[in-house]
Amino acid sequence: MNPTGSVSRPRWLTVVGVLGVVAVGFTVWLGLWITPPDAVQGNLARLVYVHPAIATVALYWAGGVAVAASLFYLWPRTRTFFWDRLAVSAVEVGAVFAALTCVTGSIWGRPAWGVWWAWDARLTSTALLLLLELGYLALRRVPTDPAVRARRSAVAALLIAVDVPIVHFSVDWWQTLHQGGTVLDPGFHLHIHGSMAWTFLLGFIAFSLIFVWLLGVRYRVEVLSDQVGDQEMDVSLAERWSEGTELVGAAASSPVPAAPPGGAPTMVDQ
Amino acid sequence: MWRDAMLVAGKDLRIEARSRVALWQVVPFAVLVLVLVAFAIGPDTGPMRQAAPGVFWIAVLFSTVLTVQRSVAIESGEGTRDGLRLSGIDPGGIFLGKAAAVGLQLLVLQLVLWAGVTIFFNVRVHVVWLAVVTSLLATVGLACAGVLYGALSAGLRVRDTLLPILVLPVLAPVLLAGSKAWQAALNGNASSGTGWLRILIPFAVIYLVIGIVLYGPLQEAA
Repeated sequence: MNPTGSVSRPRWLTVVGVLGVVAVGFTVWLGLWITPPDAVQGNLARLVYVHPAIATVALYWAGGVAVAASLFYLWPRTRTFFWDRLAVSAVEVGAVFAALTCVTGSIWGRPAWGVWWAWDARLTSTALLLLLELGYLALRRVPTDPAVRARRSAVAALLIAVDVPIVHFSVDWWQTLHQGGTVLDPGFHLHIHGSMAWTFLLGFIAFSLIFVWLLGVRYRVEVLSDQVGDQEMDVSLAERWSEGTELVGAAASSPVPAAPPGGAPTMVDQ
Repeated sequence: MWRDAMLVAGKDLRIEARSRVALWQVVPFAVLVLVLVAFAIGPDTGPMRQAAPGVFWIAVLFSTVLTVQRSVAIESGEGTRDGLRLSGIDPGGIFLGKAAAVGLQLLVLQLVLWAGVTIFFNVRVHVVWLAVVTSLLATVGLACAGVLYGALSAGLRVRDTLLPILVLPVLAPVLLAGSKAWQAALNGNASSGTGWLRILIPFAVIYLVIGIVLYGPLQEAA
């Protein structure tokens, strides 16, 4: 058995990764040096090149992949571990992006609103989404049979997907201070033009590429860790077998002539 | 399915009536939450009254976790789940029965807590029907979501620590809507409270339906 060569890193993944990193680099360069400061917000508005893009990845790309993959796993005709691994990869990468959404939002909120955190609808529902995803990952880490784990995880992902709209709707009703004169105002798109518009668009492409890359890498880690688990099982089985044969062999070739007939099996049992 | 549900609920409640875990552990715990939060807020009646609805629902949420853990623990004895599965009882019926038993215990608990906030937090519910309807709807949602997540964590060694992190974020809308509706009921402002029922109704219905559909597959997975 070849311990390392069975899953090679696919070439397209490396290409996507390099493209993503280069695109993020360009976004940073354009966003910090080339684009002009915003008329109202000044340099603060530069966060608009990363924050909405990261939030989009966290909510729609990661959420969409996780839900679709979980549905495909639960559907008996398409039930393979591919979908299970894809779902957990999407949730884990999504959790990273949800955390980044909260962090970048906070960085913007401190100078704009004067507070690191406001109990605003979007912030609160994103934070709850992150907590729900952490719960999913906690469930995932519990050691149990892979098929059991996969089915439970798929159900948990669907329950989260059902809960997120309710959470969003209720929090929306509870408190909405977010809009009104912020850079995320729907009217924003009317004001954006020139280099700002291009940088804004590039940010979306860059973080989407990074998402695909991380998803691929995380999927590969999942495959490799499953393989390691299988191999460890094979190795320990082989060890038990060889211990057994050694003991039997030792008992059979024992120089003591008066060994009781039941001796060897008792030793094997130990 | 309904007959099965009655059987399972009867079984759970009978076990509860004999063991008295809810009575001697969950109810005192919920009252303890009230007292501890009162210590944290301080003796001023103003902040106390404002916090009362939220504290009431926080106590209900924490007690939901305990009640669900107890409900799962009943089935965790040797081969109990297999026995239940092999008995030919409809999985949807098992779900409904367990949820009904949990819900009934939560309703009794809320009566005690109602008295608790009235005494400790010095508040009075002015719109009684709104508070009652809120509690009933919220209880259906809490019991269904709780039992569903209980099934998700059943049979795992770490289920006691896993369940709160799984279920509490899910129950956040109930906390939000319940607190707001209760606030309206305390202030005697029924019209501002009824809107929040529109969150509790879909929450209860969605988790009821999902529970009936998904409890079977989850049981097989366990």
